[in-house]
Amino acid sequence: MGLTFSLLLVAALILAVFLGVEALGLSFLFAIVIPYLAIATFIIGFILRVVKWGKTPVPFRIPTTCGQQKSLPWIKQNKIDNPFSTAGVVARMALEVLFFRSLFRNTKAELVDGERLTYQWEKWLWLGGLIFHWSMLIVVTRHLRIFLDPVPGFVRIIEKFDGFFTVDLQNVYITGILLLAAVTFLFIRRVVIPQVRYISFAADYFPLLLIGSIAASGILMKYFFRVDLVAIKELTVGLFSFSPVVPQGVSALFYIHLFLVCVLISYIPFSKIMHMGGIFLSPTRNMANNSRAVRHINPWNYPVKVHTYEEYENEFRDKMRAVGLPLEKDGSEKEAAAAKE
Amino acid sequence: MYNSRNIIIGLIIFAGIFTFPFILNAVTASGAPEPSLDTPEINALSAKECILDTDYMTSNHMELLADWKIAVVRDGNRIFVTDDGREFEMSLQNTCLECHSNKADFCDACHNYAKVEPNCWDCHVGPEVLK
Repeated sequence: MGLTFSLLLVAALILAVFLGVEALGLSFLFAIVIPYLAIATFIIGFILRVVKWGKTPVPFRIPTTCGQQKSLPWIKQNKIDNPFSTAGVVARMALEVLFFRSLFRNTKAELVDGERLTYQWEKWLWLGGLIFHWSMLIVVTRHLRIFLDPVPGFVRIIEKFDGFFTVDLQNVYITGILLLAAVTFLFIRRVVIPQVRYISFAADYFPLLLIGSIAASGILMKYFFRVDLVAIKELTVGLFSFSPVVPQGVSALFYIHLFLVCVLISYIPFSKIMHMGGIFLSPTRNMANNSRAVRHINPWNYPVKVHTYEEYENEFRDKMRAVGLPLEKDGSEKEAAAAKE
Repeated sequence: MYNSRNIIIGLIIFAGIFTFPFILNAVTASGAPEPSLDTPEINALSAKECILDTDYMTSNHMELLADWKIAVVRDGNRIFVTDDGREFEMSLQNTCLECHSNKADFCDACHNYAKVEPNCWDCHVGPEVLK
């Protein structure tokens, strides 16, 4: 259901932009209006989403721990997996963000002979995810060549390494191919493994199909159906310098690529792709496990109106004394002592 | 907002990363280049057209040159015949640069703008060297 819906949605988006540009001549809409709307939605939506998360109180330290907590001096603490200090949290977060450490722990549970439960080494998800995300980062960074005028030097250095392999006189960017391969793997994994398919919804398939289509359209433009790069750069630099132009000679394939990117970035604040910001706000990741050493006060504690026993006794002392109840502060004792003297 | 200091710093970094193309381009961006066709050979032509359609050449000249290289080096075929029967020698230096003798104002205009470093001149001799 979710799969069919996502496939149809991506196909409809591609068809919409193709018809819009080719049949209706809406180049202005797809080249200028939609990209600006998408960028604004992305940045404002992202900020609002993070602010909304920031307003949510986190009452307790709830780090997930995978190692020995800081304890007695002769018990060795696992400083990264069970961080006690901010430095430990930063180290753990950096390893998580850069190398997906928690995904590396992934195992596959399986029943052997229908009765014996076994846990198996399963690193393919980690590997696919790592390749996908790093390729994505490098591909996006490489695109600065088309966004910026003049092009910064580091972009050229990345391109040189990325395009190390030459096929038929032209540099083939390895990350572009790895990106498409990895996103295809992640998609097939969702469809083929029954347990994963069972927990997958349209919100899981759609981003994968969208990114896959973006990568595929990019590769088609780069190696198979050449586009006029200078015209495209004129368009993008125009967008990024607030003097938008719609140059002639930009092919429909580019508009498909651009529109799908616009859909993707405007979809980010409303979707699971927000994990790029959310990872930093995960309470189980960004907190030190120091609840035994530091007192953490529940942030939503409000001042409670209390009636202490002292106040209660002051209020009812006479009545309590009259029925012979024991009193902590008996005003009559003083009187009695004064009478004796 | 809780932990507002960290969240605001994070958001500023986020906004900085994703808006810096705007800021940078607002300062430095120049217009798209106009490759110059002002050479004596082109001016002498009655109809100013390349060996193939201009739109095709703009997007696909690198593919054409790569095909030429294979035809010449592997097959020994030096004659390129267009669809309408005109014949050209498959040669960067003798055919392309014959008309486009202004590499700096023609080739390099777009290549610098798009930061492309074609590997033509690793082997071929550019016109500025020939002179």
